[in-house]
Amino acid sequence: MDSEKQQADSPNTEPHKTADKLLALKLFAIFFKIGAFTFGGGYAMIPIIERETAEKRDWINKDELIDIIAVSESTPGPIAINSATFIGYRTAGLPGSICATLGVVLPSFIIILLISTFLSQFANYKGVIYAFNGIRAGVLALIVKALWSMAQKFPKDIPSIVIALLAFIFAAFTEINILFIIIGCALLGSAVYFFAQRRARKG
Amino acid sequence: MSGLFELFFTFFKIGLFTIGGGYAMLPLVQQEVLEKGWMTAEDIVNFIAVSESTPGPFAINIATYIGSETHGIAGSAAATLGVVLPSFIIILIVAKFYSAFRKSKVIGGVMTGLRPAVIGMIASALLSLALTVFFPAGLSLGQFTSYWFWVSLVTFALMLVLVFKKLHPIIIIVLSAGIGLACGYAGEYMQLIQ
Repeated sequence: MDSEKQQADSPNTEPHKTADKLLALKLFAIFFKIGAFTFGGGYAMIPIIERETAEKRDWINKDELIDIIAVSESTPGPIAINSATFIGYRTAGLPGSICATLGVVLPSFIIILLISTFLSQFANYKGVIYAFNGIRAGVLALIVKALWSMAQKFPKDIPSIVIALLAFIFAAFTEINILFIIIGCALLGSAVYFFAQRRARKG
Repeated sequence: MSGLFELFFTFFKIGLFTIGGGYAMLPLVQQEVLEKGWMTAEDIVNFIAVSESTPGPFAINIATYIGSETHGIAGSAAATLGVVLPSFIIILIVAKFYSAFRKSKVIGGVMTGLRPAVIGMIASALLSLALTVFFPAGLSLGQFTSYWFWVSLVTFALMLVLVFKKLHPIIIIVLSAGIGLACGYAGEYMQLIQ
């Protein structure tokens, strides 16, 4: 396919190279747009990423996108960054991944930088204090909803429930560093997984 | 310079150890940020509202903000780079060895533990946020009679209903800001607060 296209366009490889360079820039522009217009981040970005990369352009197909989201969920870091890096790499290699990641980060970075210069200046106005007293209660409701949505997708078997409870108890009622809780739960999960697999093989 | 390195390193750690999107970062961010005294518990809740009403993921937003507040533009660049870099490196490796990653038993095992753990830890973060919101001066019986306690409780209950009716987060924030403003000035007028 690729070689056919090249032959049709031009016999040498030069145009292909410039096309690649342009592709990285396009990745930057598209992910900049995605970063600038998705409020709240995370899952809000997925439909927009799908539209911009799989529907409007053929950078990846929808099955690949589902894989990319699954990988993004099981690797560290925000889904927006992970999927930008992944799609960038798939589409245009290392330059592509750098451009896409930079693109998705830059809008937040610029906007928060601007906000931080005046946020603290307004912090002592009475009206702002009153407004934030209300806002904090609203934010609490938002996080209850986020937790609720996560719990819907939660595997409801006994080991998972035990791990969730242990993580909650240790995080809420002890001074143990969160990192150790994360590592401990990962080890516990590995043991559960190992025994489940062994039982499945025997049975 | 050491301040910049501390920012970079702390956010690198946060980026490296938080798996899953959204508020999976919150427990670790809370711990690190409070420990280093970069923000108060109340500031964190306020900033979640700012982050919900601006584009981009919470992790990037809070890294940029704390970096900028403590060390200016250089600080925000260091913190943001720190929080992004672990994802970037790991995804590059995964993209390269994709089929091995999908079949990996180690990843399967780790995820078996981390998926439920994240829920438990966010529940814990939520509990401490609730204490910050309802009892900003610490848990005591006197707090139950305070004006803002009841305003917060009613706002929270109302917003919870609206959130489950799928109102957009920004609308929730605007509405609760309105309630806060109205109740603040009403309370002042009725001399319930100074």
